[in-house]
Amino acid sequence: MSSDANFMTADGNLEAAKAETKAAEQQPPAEQETSSLRIVLTLSVAGLLAGVLLIFVHQATQPAILAHKAKMLRLAVEEVLQSPASYDTLYLVDEKLHKELPAGGLEKDFEKVFLGKSADGRSVGFAVVHNRAGFQDQIKVIFGYDPRTKKMLGMKVLESKETPGLGDKIEKDLDFVEMFTRTQAPLVGVKTGAGSGDVHEIDMITGATISSKAVIRIINEAYEHWHPTLQAYLAEVGS
Amino acid sequence: MRQTTPNQDFFRGIWNENPVLIQMLGLCPALAVTNSVENSLGMGGATFFVLCGSSFLVALLKKFIPHEVRISTYILIIATFVTVADMSLEAMAPSLHKDLGAFIALIVVNCMILGRQEAFASKKPVSRALLDAAGTGIGFMIALLMMGSVRELLGAGSLLGYNIMGPNFEPWVVMILPPGGFLTLGFWLLGLTWYQERKKARLANDGAGAKERRAA
Repeated sequence: MSSDANFMTADGNLEAAKAETKAAEQQPPAEQETSSLRIVLTLSVAGLLAGVLLIFVHQATQPAILAHKAKMLRLAVEEVLQSPASYDTLYLVDEKLHKELPAGGLEKDFEKVFLGKSADGRSVGFAVVHNRAGFQDQIKVIFGYDPRTKKMLGMKVLESKETPGLGDKIEKDLDFVEMFTRTQAPLVGVKTGAGSGDVHEIDMITGATISSKAVIRIINEAYEHWHPTLQAYLAEVGS
Repeated sequence: MRQTTPNQDFFRGIWNENPVLIQMLGLCPALAVTNSVENSLGMGGATFFVLCGSSFLVALLKKFIPHEVRISTYILIIATFVTVADMSLEAMAPSLHKDLGAFIALIVVNCMILGRQEAFASKKPVSRALLDAAGTGIGFMIALLMMGSVRELLGAGSLLGYNIMGPNFEPWVVMILPPGGFLTLGFWLLGLTWYQERKKARLANDGAGAKERRAA
């Protein structure tokens, strides 16, 4: 267009050339009348391509993501059961624990607990996952305990968004975490230094009272929910 | 649009038109996830990838994108790259992915990225669009690191996890909490503006001095 305009300028037809350039500027090519069909097609094809691409990326990354999640859970179970020789996953089916899922059942539809075993096959205790609201968001906790003695074996925070530097001490303050290995369920939270040395007492973290209380409540709730079932299972299995 | 050289396309995004410090774009991630150097690097890296990827595709496909639905198409392209970044990060660096949380997905609505597509990539050749995206991405990374290093140093006494301030340092916890983000950004902007003003004043003075000398 511009060479055209130059040519016309040389020809002395300045006004016409200006008008022509102006019209060209105001009318970008092919933007005036895009048919609806083309719009729909463009978006559909783009969406389709994006979807196909994401399927491939999903398939490429999913194994690593799942493997990492499984590994984190395994490490957590081993930690809160104080490194058992092995552990079984048990599913709650009709109020009773079973090693196998019922035929056709999906794993995610059933509540589960983990039963740790020592090298000679004796049960050391159960690991239970439970969550409820903390200070910021849901806190997800796994803890291990022995239903026969009600002795706690360990606690680990799996997921939390508690305030950095304050509430997140429930996972980063090792004194607090360690306390769960020498107490008995059900737990009672007390102010640091105000306890009477009872086996049920947990010293709450100064500045993170709500988060500490939440952890204690999570464990007590799960304990009440699971304790009869777990006790019955151990009585039945007999070790 | 004014004409620019390839050099300008690349370098202006890094400092003179820095997306965060000058254009005030992308402030949401700049405030939210810069509580440590590592998080800043992760966020900057993910944004860099998305920015370069979408600028490349938009510049490449600009002729096929109808004007009426260009924004939706850009968003679709950006969202695809963000999801790719999200999944890859979760597979390769799970703990970083956990720290950044929802802010990876929120790169989609970072107006800095959409802004580059609409203002630049959709009108320029592929090579220029890539230079511009890389420059802007690096500028964003620099701004995040400026925030992240100050916040981690004062809020946790460390840099990249290595303790710098010694055992007797009491961390300013507020710096790694949300208010620390606003404080840090505010002080950086104050400092930079002050520096610019001084530079401007000095240049003006020099100019006036030279004129006087010439007149004399």
